[in-house]
Amino acid sequence: MKLHELTIQEAHRRLKQKEISSTDLTRAVLDRINAVDDPVGAYITVDGEAAVAQAEMADAAISQGRITPLTGIPVALKDLICTKNLRTTCGSRILENFIPPYDATVVKKLKRAGAVIVGKLNMDEFAMGSSTEHSGFKLTRNPWDLTRIPGGSSGGSAAAVAADMCIGALGSDTGGSIRQPASHCGVVGLKPTYGRISRFGLVAFASSLDQIGPLTKTVSDSAVMMNTIAGYDASDSTSVPEDVPDYTAFLESGLNNMVVGIPKEYTAARGLDPDVSTVVENAVRKIKELGAHCVEISLPHSEFVVAVYYVIAPSEASSNLARYDGVKYGYRDKDQSGLMEMYKNTRSKGFGPEVQRRILLGTYSLSAGYYDAYYGKASQVRTLIIEDFKNAFNRCDVILSPVAPTPAFKIGEKVDDPLTMYLSDIFTLSANLAGIPGISVPCGFSSEGLPIGLQIMARHFEEGKLFKVAYNFEQTTDFHTKKPQLFGNRR
Amino acid sequence: MKISKEEVIYVADLARLEVDDQLVDKLAEQLGTILEYMETLESVDTKGVRPTSHAISMTNAFREDEEAQIFNRDSALANAPDKEDGNFIVPKVVG
Repeated sequence: MKLHELTIQEAHRRLKQKEISSTDLTRAVLDRINAVDDPVGAYITVDGEAAVAQAEMADAAISQGRITPLTGIPVALKDLICTKNLRTTCGSRILENFIPPYDATVVKKLKRAGAVIVGKLNMDEFAMGSSTEHSGFKLTRNPWDLTRIPGGSSGGSAAAVAADMCIGALGSDTGGSIRQPASHCGVVGLKPTYGRISRFGLVAFASSLDQIGPLTKTVSDSAVMMNTIAGYDASDSTSVPEDVPDYTAFLESGLNNMVVGIPKEYTAARGLDPDVSTVVENAVRKIKELGAHCVEISLPHSEFVVAVYYVIAPSEASSNLARYDGVKYGYRDKDQSGLMEMYKNTRSKGFGPEVQRRILLGTYSLSAGYYDAYYGKASQVRTLIIEDFKNAFNRCDVILSPVAPTPAFKIGEKVDDPLTMYLSDIFTLSANLAGIPGISVPCGFSSEGLPIGLQIMARHFEEGKLFKVAYNFEQTTDFHTKKPQLFGNRR
Repeated sequence: MKISKEEVIYVADLARLEVDDQLVDKLAEQLGTILEYMETLESVDTKGVRPTSHAISMTNAFREDEEAQIFNRDSALANAPDKEDGNFIVPKVVG
């Protein structure tokens, strides 16, 4: 196995045994980026020099016997997680030259653990999108088929992990932005419980929905990353002061006594691709064979999830993005004939079309005369969606479903049809609305060879159950060991 | 049409966005389609249902009100598009 192909756990084992150095591993990852990121386009910024310097520090620490499960491991970050002195663009021209004066809490934790930060990954602008086509900088291509989207908004994170351009990555998930690209690229993606991980230093999109989480090659790696990044942070008043368990302790075999729920509304969902349906059904059968008991459950308000989300998320975004006014940081337009002109020109030229569409949608939903009909109503239906999950979890431990209704679609296919793009988020949005954790784990391939993920959801703070089910499934399948065929720089 | 051109322009002004004349029609159409879809919510009976703004039940998160130096002035100003003498510079506000 080539060095860049290693998992976090295997790389850690070899670093600990001193079979390899972090410097070798980091250089192998940087070489891999040079070889394949030209067609893939996962990175916005690669910080090779700093990465090698961090790797040398990690090697020095290891030689003195100081090693954590992430010491010397090259990781990359979605470009909306602030990194001190390293450009953080949020995929937007409005932050094209923004150099944060501080590290996000997750970055501090990764650095403290000795991880090597290789660079920053492409994304839909302000995390608004399901395809990474809305990046203000470039396209990211799906490593399994370069004519297709990698998913989004953490498309760069998923593509980089799938193409071995980092050993693990962080993304963020507001409506499926970790799980859906993980599904499309054949990697493991976890959206933790709302408040489980500090969001201090995460550029805000929709504050009642956003959560940071890992994208990794295996379920075990996801648990390892969670052990480092989870936990309360006084700098994020929405982070929850709950103890963080050792997530790797849940990676044990056996699913006896586990009850899995299958929502009847999901199997009848409109637009569900037959390949996705078959592959997910096979996965459910496998999980039953592993000892789990299966029950049909109901989430009666499922048909309203997309409407609720696309009122609430743009409303929160319109408020959060008001800060981009060209005064304190970010782009400022040259036309400054007056303050109002400066604001308007800056925002209209700095934000891309999808971001402006959502700001308009959110501003409309919150405006006088429409608030009750849109934001107020959506917030009430959100309560009913949460009740649905509470009732369902009275009958089961975890809920299984597809992640996305179809495998990765073609680049350009939905870019100018926002509602169709929004409807493809049907299975992932509810976990954000309810604040519960969800994971995508590779569960098969379409007839065209595109990866398909299985989604597992659990109650608040029960990531451990997700890891247990996902790990048991992964151990009896080989989907996660398959790699996309990339032939490097074709020029 | 669910939303008129005039409404798009009005909302854009509230959001401090300048909408291109050529784009207004397209935006009105796209936003109209989305808003029409949102109307499915009207069919849900929400009488007496409390709205949710936060999915995890938490009440006020207090901390000690202690002074801390997060940034110095230079680093706070480092990304400013225009600055002078330790201040942010903006176009003239009062005539």
